[in-house]
Amino acid sequence: MAQAKLQTDSHAKTRFGYRRHADQDLVATNVAGHPVVVVGAGPVGLSLAIDLAQRGQPVVLLDDADRIGDGSRAICFSKRSLEFWDRLGIGQRMVDKGVVWQVGKIFHGDSLLYQFDLLPEQGHKRPAFINLQQFYAEAYLVDRVEELPGVCLRWRNRVIGLEQRNDRVILSIDTPDGPYRIAANYVVACDGARSSLRQMVGAEFAGQVFEDQFLIADVKMTAAFPTERWFWFDPPFHQGRSALLHKQPDDVWRIDLQLDRSADPAVEKQPENVRPRIARMLGHDQFDFEWISLYKFQCRRMARFLHGRVIFAGDAAHQVSPFGARGANSGLEDAENLGWKLDCVLRKTSPEVLLESYHVERSQAADENIRESTRSTDFMAPNSSYEARLRKAVLSLAKETEFGKRMVNGGRLSVPSVYETSLSTSDDEVWRGGPRPGASMVDAPIVPSDGDAEYLTDAFLKAGRRFTLLAFANGAAIDQPSDIGVIHIGSQVFSDPAGLLAARYDARPGTAYLLRPDGYVAARFRKPTRGAIEAALRRATGNS
Amino acid sequence: MALSTRSNFEKPDDAFRVIVEAHRGLSDEASADLDAALVLILANHIGDLDVLREAIELAKRRMLEASQQQQQQ
Repeated sequence: MAQAKLQTDSHAKTRFGYRRHADQDLVATNVAGHPVVVVGAGPVGLSLAIDLAQRGQPVVLLDDADRIGDGSRAICFSKRSLEFWDRLGIGQRMVDKGVVWQVGKIFHGDSLLYQFDLLPEQGHKRPAFINLQQFYAEAYLVDRVEELPGVCLRWRNRVIGLEQRNDRVILSIDTPDGPYRIAANYVVACDGARSSLRQMVGAEFAGQVFEDQFLIADVKMTAAFPTERWFWFDPPFHQGRSALLHKQPDDVWRIDLQLDRSADPAVEKQPENVRPRIARMLGHDQFDFEWISLYKFQCRRMARFLHGRVIFAGDAAHQVSPFGARGANSGLEDAENLGWKLDCVLRKTSPEVLLESYHVERSQAADENIRESTRSTDFMAPNSSYEARLRKAVLSLAKETEFGKRMVNGGRLSVPSVYETSLSTSDDEVWRGGPRPGASMVDAPIVPSDGDAEYLTDAFLKAGRRFTLLAFANGAAIDQPSDIGVIHIGSQVFSDPAGLLAARYDARPGTAYLLRPDGYVAARFRKPTRGAIEAALRRATGNS
Repeated sequence: MALSTRSNFEKPDDAFRVIVEAHRGLSDEASADLDAALVLILANHIGDLDVLREAIELAKRRMLEASQQQQQQ
């Protein structure tokens, strides 16, 4: 099979050597102890390890391979993921390399049905999406890990056993030098859809299996297609099925073709059989294969993301169909949600029960992602002749009605979930807009007194990636708890001359939002008092 | 809003007739296509998920009872 290659311009390593660690020299009952062990150095495990290390937690990160995975795999990274990566110090590098896009077009046959814009307004630091091969994202994250003394990344360390005790977990690990054991207060399993840790805790992974087969071909060619997501129902070059075209860096294009349920995977993935399909689509034969993959998928999740002291994140905990870019992005949101909570629990500033909110919030998000991606899949591959008939009606109504266009489902792209969570303090005043408690912060431009225009997300980062009060000045001093960050708008520090920030937050003079360390809104106030802010803070940290 | 099952047309026979005529001369296939499009258009016009659910429930209940009666005959 063709294999994708990292281009030389990335300056990123992809192969890593195994190195023996002093933990392996301990014998018998003498086992090295660590606060957190993360298993799996994919995008989720790497991002979580960086977040924890930046919060001052030393992390051991284990991976059973010695290299970054082949193939482009996940390619669409959302605005939310980029904002998280900005906080990890790696967002700009991803955006510089990635292909920025925000417009999607849906075709039926050879005519355009409609188009959508995922970020129609100005004033956001990050675009709606970038496309970037997963191996670049992983390589950049590994580079960042290597800058941080707090992460000990151990390649060719395969977890082969797991034993839960009251106060810790003992992991048995196999290496080229033979097995050893380590202890951890918490283990986070980011070891993918085939998670071996999930099997070790004996958890089920149940859900819906889809019979449809899809062919991914990443091809290298120079082409003048715009940087948009193009999706076809029943295109002339692939009749009766769906097709997707997406641009990646290095003149690589992602092509995704729906196949018959009865297609033979071994035959279909032979390059000589894929080539004529792609040539029919492109109208020429001037391309090389970077990667070919044939897949079926499942939508499923674990019943619980917490199993004692083992916490599951990313594909290990939940799996969705690829339509909607909800796989890697939801895994990154897991990491973002878990990092600060685990830090608070390890510092003992929050009780262990705070981790339960990780399960509550992220399993809601998993349900939403499964629901959305299942609907998209059912629309693309109807389950009965009547479903096919309804789809035909929607596609034909979409030609002349707005409601028909909006019913066409060629993938609903990932947006952050809004959490119904006990960490939120409910509104007790009237709001006509702005992110409500449980929703993620919305970016907007702000102007700092020292010059350059910047964004709210920058100010949040500078405030220390911790609980932060976004306060709109009314002339009075703010009486806020001393251990939280503050972004004071309309003060000497920041101003909002265009009024965009105030509009996006339905803010009046005196309004304040309490933001969680993951950038979600914990509470908001028209007339903030120190007592009310402290109460919201206790609630959001699991201390009430 | 609840599903209205009062008679809403001044001349119900006209409404029934309009639907019948729309299907005249169509094959079963084509009739089913027409119905599918009509359901979507009318559902969107109603624009209320609860009313839509109630309508589906009513239709399914009648369908079920009708098939049971048929079996008893």
